[in-house]
Amino acid sequence: MKVQLSHPERLVEVKGPKRVKELLRDLNLVAEAHLVIRRDELVTEDEFLKDDDAVEIRPVISGGS
Amino acid sequence: MNCKKCHTKAVIGLPRHNAAFCKVCFNAFVREQVARAIKGERMFAPQDRILVAVSGGKDSLALWDILLKLGYKADALYVDLGIGGYSATSRKKAVQFAETVGASHQATLLTHTVQEEEGAGIRELAMLIHRPTCSACGTIKRYQFNRAAIAHHYDVMATGHNLDDEAARLLGNVLHWQEEYLDKQSPSLPASVEGFAKKVKPLYRLSEREVAAYAVLNRIDYIVEECPMAKGSKMLLYKEVLNRLETESPGTKQAFYCGFLEKQAKAQPAAASMAEKDQASLRPCSTCGQPTTAETCSYCKMMARAKTGSPR
Repeated sequence: MKVQLSHPERLVEVKGPKRVKELLRDLNLVAEAHLVIRRDELVTEDEFLKDDDAVEIRPVISGGS
Repeated sequence: MNCKKCHTKAVIGLPRHNAAFCKVCFNAFVREQVARAIKGERMFAPQDRILVAVSGGKDSLALWDILLKLGYKADALYVDLGIGGYSATSRKKAVQFAETVGASHQATLLTHTVQEEEGAGIRELAMLIHRPTCSACGTIKRYQFNRAAIAHHYDVMATGHNLDDEAARLLGNVLHWQEEYLDKQSPSLPASVEGFAKKVKPLYRLSEREVAAYAVLNRIDYIVEECPMAKGSKMLLYKEVLNRLETESPGTKQAFYCGFLEKQAKAQPAAASMAEKDQASLRPCSTCGQPTTAETCSYCKMMARAKTGSPR
């Protein structure tokens, strides 16, 4: 599947099928700091992502000082 | 995963509430949390005029959206910090939101451009006065938001600070035992002296992830890109640490910040004591008249230094 990441913006290919929770763990990303979006919709952590899916993992953390 | 309330397919799981919600029930949850914050902390009344500080980011635009949908009279102020393409994009997002959602609720967007009034962008100003950019940015934003709220006679100023912001700030203050800053961590700060607007944080009961989810689900077009000046900031590190703890032990951030608020409320009637302290220590700035503990306020000092280009 194609996974769009931010900070820095990049596209990575990950073998599916895979649960959202496993995808985040494999990419070493903390669930509490990210949202996973497929076709403009949020997907929950227990959901399966197929090999031909395209998802965006959006970081939710911001802030200075 | 199914919605805890209506049992249809969930779009988000909330481990700290041991719950999951569909879009409709999640929106209801978010509005309920904000309404609870407003009522519980006596932030404002239905007839009050609110000025929302917007940045084009998810938190402030979500806050403006929620307040308008809850039926409040809320206008907004955008401060253009002059950070190249980042400010141009964030301004566009704020304006677009104002022209669509804002306009449909008869709400307006005010703007302040740092480059025009302060004579340079935030990055250049910070370099001129030898201060970290985020610190100079905070001083300018606090000053301009307060000034606009007072000048346009708003009853209260609202910011999009969420649970993560407050928990991270609390962690920073506690790690360095900056006890003098703890009073200012209340989600509702009174207009303690003339010239100070009341300041509230209606999103303090919602995590950053919950606010971002609200923005995505409600198609709020916000700037996802991180401010280039915030890279490597301590706040981001504290948030990262807290989110690792939260993932392992859901509810940690809420227990930390809300537990602090409960202890503070028991220890002293915060609003009264803070107002008393402010009244005893603040006086009008000799240059601009805004309340300050010194002869000249930090904004005017900063601008004077920027004009001469001297570091102190």
